[in-house]
Amino acid sequence: MSDKKPISSVNDFVVRFANVNGSGSASANEMFARAILRHGVPVSPRNIFPSNIQGLPTWYEVRVTEAGHLGARGGVDMMVAMNPQTWDKDVAGIEPGGYLFYDSTKPMPSTKFRDDITVIGVPLTAITNSTYTDPRQRQLFKNIIYLGALSALLDMDPKLIEQLIGDQYKGKEKLLSSNVHALHLGRDWALQNLKCPIGLRVKKSDKVGDRIFIEGNSAAALGAVYGGATVCAWYPITPSSSVAEAFTAHCKKYRHDPETGKAKYAIVQGEDELASIGIVIGASWNGARAFTATSGPGISLMTEFIGLSYFAEIPAVIMNIQRAGPSTGMPTRTQQCDIIACAYASHGDTKHVLLFPEDPAEAFEFAAAAFDLAERLQTTIFLMLDLDIGMNHRLCRPLKWDDARQYDRGKVMTAAMLEEGRDFGRYLDVDGDGIPYRTYPGTHPTKGSYFTRGTSRDRYARYSEEGTVYADNMQRLMRKFETAQDLVPRPLQANAERPTKYGVIYFGSTSPAMDEAIGLLEARGHQLDRLRIRAFPFHSSVASFLAEHDFVYVVEQNRDSQLRQLIVNENGIDPVRLVPIVHYDGTPITARFIAKAIGDHQDHLKVTPLRKAVS
Amino acid sequence: MTYIAKPKFHHPGLKKNALGYTHRDYEGKISTLCAGCGHDSITASIIEACYELSIEPHRVAKISGIGCSSKTPDYFLGNSHGFNSVHGRMPSVLTGANLANRDLIYLGVSGDGDSASIGFGQFAHSIRRGVNMTYIVENNGVYGLTKGQFSATADRGSKSKKGVTNTDNAIDLVAIALQLGATFVARSFSGDKSQLVPLIAAAIGHKGASFIDVISPCIAFNNHAGSTKSFDYVREHNDAVNRLDVLVGRDPIAVDYAPGTVQVVEQHDGSKIALRKIDADYDPHDRLGAQTFLARHAAKGQIVTGLLYVDPEAEDLHEHLNTVETPLNALEADTLCPGSAVLDKINASLR
Repeated sequence: MSDKKPISSVNDFVVRFANVNGSGSASANEMFARAILRHGVPVSPRNIFPSNIQGLPTWYEVRVTEAGHLGARGGVDMMVAMNPQTWDKDVAGIEPGGYLFYDSTKPMPSTKFRDDITVIGVPLTAITNSTYTDPRQRQLFKNIIYLGALSALLDMDPKLIEQLIGDQYKGKEKLLSSNVHALHLGRDWALQNLKCPIGLRVKKSDKVGDRIFIEGNSAAALGAVYGGATVCAWYPITPSSSVAEAFTAHCKKYRHDPETGKAKYAIVQGEDELASIGIVIGASWNGARAFTATSGPGISLMTEFIGLSYFAEIPAVIMNIQRAGPSTGMPTRTQQCDIIACAYASHGDTKHVLLFPEDPAEAFEFAAAAFDLAERLQTTIFLMLDLDIGMNHRLCRPLKWDDARQYDRGKVMTAAMLEEGRDFGRYLDVDGDGIPYRTYPGTHPTKGSYFTRGTSRDRYARYSEEGTVYADNMQRLMRKFETAQDLVPRPLQANAERPTKYGVIYFGSTSPAMDEAIGLLEARGHQLDRLRIRAFPFHSSVASFLAEHDFVYVVEQNRDSQLRQLIVNENGIDPVRLVPIVHYDGTPITARFIAKAIGDHQDHLKVTPLRKAVS
Repeated sequence: MTYIAKPKFHHPGLKKNALGYTHRDYEGKISTLCAGCGHDSITASIIEACYELSIEPHRVAKISGIGCSSKTPDYFLGNSHGFNSVHGRMPSVLTGANLANRDLIYLGVSGDGDSASIGFGQFAHSIRRGVNMTYIVENNGVYGLTKGQFSATADRGSKSKKGVTNTDNAIDLVAIALQLGATFVARSFSGDKSQLVPLIAAAIGHKGASFIDVISPCIAFNNHAGSTKSFDYVREHNDAVNRLDVLVGRDPIAVDYAPGTVQVVEQHDGSKIALRKIDADYDPHDRLGAQTFLARHAAKGQIVTGLLYVDPEAEDLHEHLNTVETPLNALEADTLCPGSAVLDKINASLR
């Protein structure tokens, strides 16, 4: 049947499930990913879902990767084609020599297949219908049955899957046994009727280690719990809603007084993003740690308040789970497209602190750190996640917390300090770092009160439209932003084995694809030093990195190379030396894409004199 | 402008309240509003009410939006923290502040542009949630700071200073507040301090969303013939359903009223409101009745004032959220952070 040798690979392949949204496939597919993890083999799953609840196509991709490459790879070695709507596209997307798994209950014309792939038919509907009568059961167990068949085809250990089901349905014996039964229905059918295993196989390994498997949004929400957030106000928007939902779930577990049962937190679903950020600003002004989670359209709505936070110097934490814009854009697709919008949000001269976590572990750390930074700097801190990190399970190092750690509540003048006669000027720079003291409302009967406003005022918070007074304040705000440089997470540099004139800058969810791409580029003979930017304002090491290299590639997931623009703008760099590498179709960036784009540019550089290449 | 310093000295014989504060301790900076502005009378009423209640001035948080009315928190309670926030967004900022520290008194000051137009949504949702606050709208039917455009509370058919007739229907914030479940709803007139002061005092004592719509004529842009928010018009059409006195303390105070005309309402904070009935049929505990009464009188061009509705058993947002008694802003890492041992367990559950 095949003019191409079937792909043969152990612990290194991509399986993609094509399903109909709302058919209950998500949990079975996730179980498949977890089952492979139980074999000690890293996986990197990605949910590719529509902005829809039921009926539209949805995909779940599992990259099985013993080498631990957690970025998207691109290409599909095995397609589990369960959705007739997308059949043609799904079949066309399989790599030559790949495998097609489908429900063969109804015969399909031969034109619907390809002759360079291995076609595996399992009569899933027939098996399901002969076992179950309830329509919902039929739908759900069909998913487990294909999981069973796949376990046989991929040579997976059924014991490990049974253990997984056992853990998942602990205490729900009926569900447990019925799932195990369905698993074996599929597995036994495959073992009896098909040649098992196929060329793609899962073999036990020990490459997972102590890593955990968690979604970035859940990790960020946990970071907010650990970071001491007590007020959360939010408005539902994909892909950020699960941050607030996870925060709610975590708080229910860890934030109720054991004696009274009362909540040590307040969560309000606002009527819109304006109210959400307003509540955050009000709570932070009053000394609570508060945050909101949103995505691009929400950021647009919040910008007036963000300007107030900057100018009136009120802490706020905004988690922006970025999705493809502009406007409504692609709500269920990933991008890093709000860099400029957040860095300079609001009218007038403003600059804001951005944090760029690379995975859930950093999302946890940076989320907790964001509250310290917000109170220390008395301004908005953006935690810049994206859909790829936020809504997918990702293997990452275990979350860590130092019990000796205290919250940095920043410069707060207390009643005792006021009593001592300390000079309180709300906008007075007493330490030269641009950061003034604040007081919480209700601190002292006669001292320390002030009137907070978005209008200009002097160092003692008295209204003023004097040009010099205004400029003095604006310069102090610049000074404060410079102070931020040394407080935010520093960039991480990794140099090539040999000295090189070429560098690459990247950030956030691009990280795993970039790490993998470096290997691919080295194989092509290209040496690159790497700098992973973890925050804005940029630390001085960014400027040094730029100075040390002739060309620096800036890899990002948006059309306009926004981080590059920010670097050029903030560092006064000749833009020609910064080569944009952009990926913005809404799918996560891949190592293959990066390696090709940079490799081609490098090849080009090597045959063409520099002057011609840039003219 | 508001940087004008106000002299601090005062007459040594100035009366003091139970906490030993004088009126002066509740004042703020010198007003920069137009001479004769209704808003300044409301400011004076707020000062009077806080003095009468013997509130510690710094235990009040004053929050406003943008506009003439929203400037006024600078002119009272100078020892309180104030927040002149974003246009139409006072309610959300106040909600957040209230969540952070349930122990302070929250005074939201807004205008008709701020609450009925740009901030109509926030007004509505803060009322719906039952935020424990006193929400005062200084309602003049006009945008004063931008020189006389109609606001959304301007009555249909009323005329602007330039002679333009308003063709849009008016929003009655009191009717909306009643519909949305505010548990203390009143309307008053800036020119009637004897009615307004006890209303503000009672609203502060109320635990829940208190809303007071105060008709406050704009001397510069809305005090002419043809306006329905002018001093003359409001005086002529004011239909007060009751007058009230706030009785501080738990001991009953003998009040000399004709029998059957006084109704005493006990509030959460222990204070009592003595309500002198003017309209014998008006029942301030009947939300639906109040709505009908208002609608009927509005159709006749009458402005109903007084305490229109009160639910003494009201609940607030903190009760709905079941939050701890300690203000959230006073909680520290030892009670907020679950610690590394819990995190290890979480990690284990994620493998």
